[in-house]
Amino acid sequence: MERIKHFFKSFLLFELLKGMKVTGRYLFAPKITINYPEEKTPQSPRFRGLHALRRYPNGEERCIACKLCEAVCPAMAITIESEQREDGTRRTTRYDIDMIKCIFCGFCEEACPVDAIVETRVLEYHGEIRGDLTYTKEMLLAVGDRYEQQIAKDREVEARYR
Amino acid sequence: MEYIQQWFEQLFGTALGSTLFLFAENLVYILAIVIPLLLGVAYLTFAERKIIAYMQIRLGPNRVTFFGISWLRGWGQPIADAVKAIMKEIIVPTGANKFLFLLAPVITIAPALAAWAVVPFSPELVLADINAGLLYILAMTSLGVYGVIIAGWASNSKYAFLGSMRSAAQVVSYELAMGFALVCVLMMSSSLNLGAIVMGQQGDSFLNWYLVPLFPMFLVYFISGVAETNRAPFDVAEGESEIVAGFHVDYSGMAFTVFFLAEYANMILVATLTSVMFLGGWLPPFNIVPFTYIPGIIWLLLKIAFILFFFLWFRATFPRYRYDQIMRLGWKIFIPITLIWIVLVGMIMQLPASVRDTFPLNLWFN
Repeated sequence: MERIKHFFKSFLLFELLKGMKVTGRYLFAPKITINYPEEKTPQSPRFRGLHALRRYPNGEERCIACKLCEAVCPAMAITIESEQREDGTRRTTRYDIDMIKCIFCGFCEEACPVDAIVETRVLEYHGEIRGDLTYTKEMLLAVGDRYEQQIAKDREVEARYR
Repeated sequence: MEYIQQWFEQLFGTALGSTLFLFAENLVYILAIVIPLLLGVAYLTFAERKIIAYMQIRLGPNRVTFFGISWLRGWGQPIADAVKAIMKEIIVPTGANKFLFLLAPVITIAPALAAWAVVPFSPELVLADINAGLLYILAMTSLGVYGVIIAGWASNSKYAFLGSMRSAAQVVSYELAMGFALVCVLMMSSSLNLGAIVMGQQGDSFLNWYLVPLFPMFLVYFISGVAETNRAPFDVAEGESEIVAGFHVDYSGMAFTVFFLAEYANMILVATLTSVMFLGGWLPPFNIVPFTYIPGIIWLLLKIAFILFFFLWFRATFPRYRYDQIMRLGWKIFIPITLIWIVLVGMIMQLPASVRDTFPLNLWFN
């Protein structure tokens, strides 16, 4: 009996019809595609995108050249050189991040004692020639100046978990 | 028409003029079939991408607009693809036989287009109303495999050769089942003329179509047609996940596009033949007033579109058959079914006329 049932099931293409029913149902299902440039997926405040160097509200740069980020960076993408300024504080003279090496792990952000190096929500950037994606101190500060409001807001939201 | 003929005869003399007129007349008819066909092919690729995308919960091509009309998003895609393919270089591999390499796409597409000569679009609308139309169709569709074999051989590549060998074996096997399925049709209509086959299905409703008495043959013919055109789930000749692209792995640019066109033209051809042979061609589903107002060619196109949708549906649903499974299906399942059905149809035809006139049989045997 079981064999007869099985014979008719396979002979009448029962399984194939079942498969076609599934695809036929999905033909009318709502589509999950995001039309990227027009629509975007939601981002978390913890999103790890392009790096930025922040400043204090008075315009002084936060980074004190402790080099913790350089030490923790697993991809060794960060290069820092520093010197003492006339007022006795230590500041960087060079702060490069090679975005090609960077794996966007966020360790630099975690290691930073003064919240100077952060990762922003920016993910749409590109380079056209070799070296374009090596971000220098000036470029990182510029990114920080540009997105300071968003960065500060995200830190505010995440403050209770840090 | 008369006027143009007279004009031709005045221009070139009576004898030459009438010959030239005949030539020009047929040329116009051929173009009237081929140009819509190629447009149909272009938009079949679009329909395929769109429908398969929808079945996979995607959106499919929706960027290229058609002459900037914003709600026709995606409709310019086939045109953009065609332009791209024309601009591309045709690369002939070093080890390839150049003559055969370039001949193969032509051999593939020529029968796919030539077979359309005998397809009846409506009672009067047929280019060549020949008596052995079905035989001609069978001959033409079998010729297509030569293009595939030559392409695989001329490419001088292992993948291409494997693909063409598979394709040859598969197409030859399914040709048999297909031919036997059509034997049933021509037994019932007692004619090889496609127009006569459609007329044999005329009646009050769709119950008169050969679909009903020959339903297993319809399935066998249609599935064999899918296998003949090397479409999924029988696309071992292409098998992009195992032998890259099979027989056309070394083709590029327009040479590749011609293979592509041939595949889709063959799909449309199989769909057309299925509708002519089993779904009553240009006949409306019910022979009553609102349905008979619609011209026959619209019904035929609707049936073709319906069958083509199944081609795409199959591709979106089924994984590729293994090679030995394909062979088993063709030789051990389809051919026995068709043989049994031929005997069955023959036995019914030999019944006395009084029995054949009783209710269900009188619809098809008369």
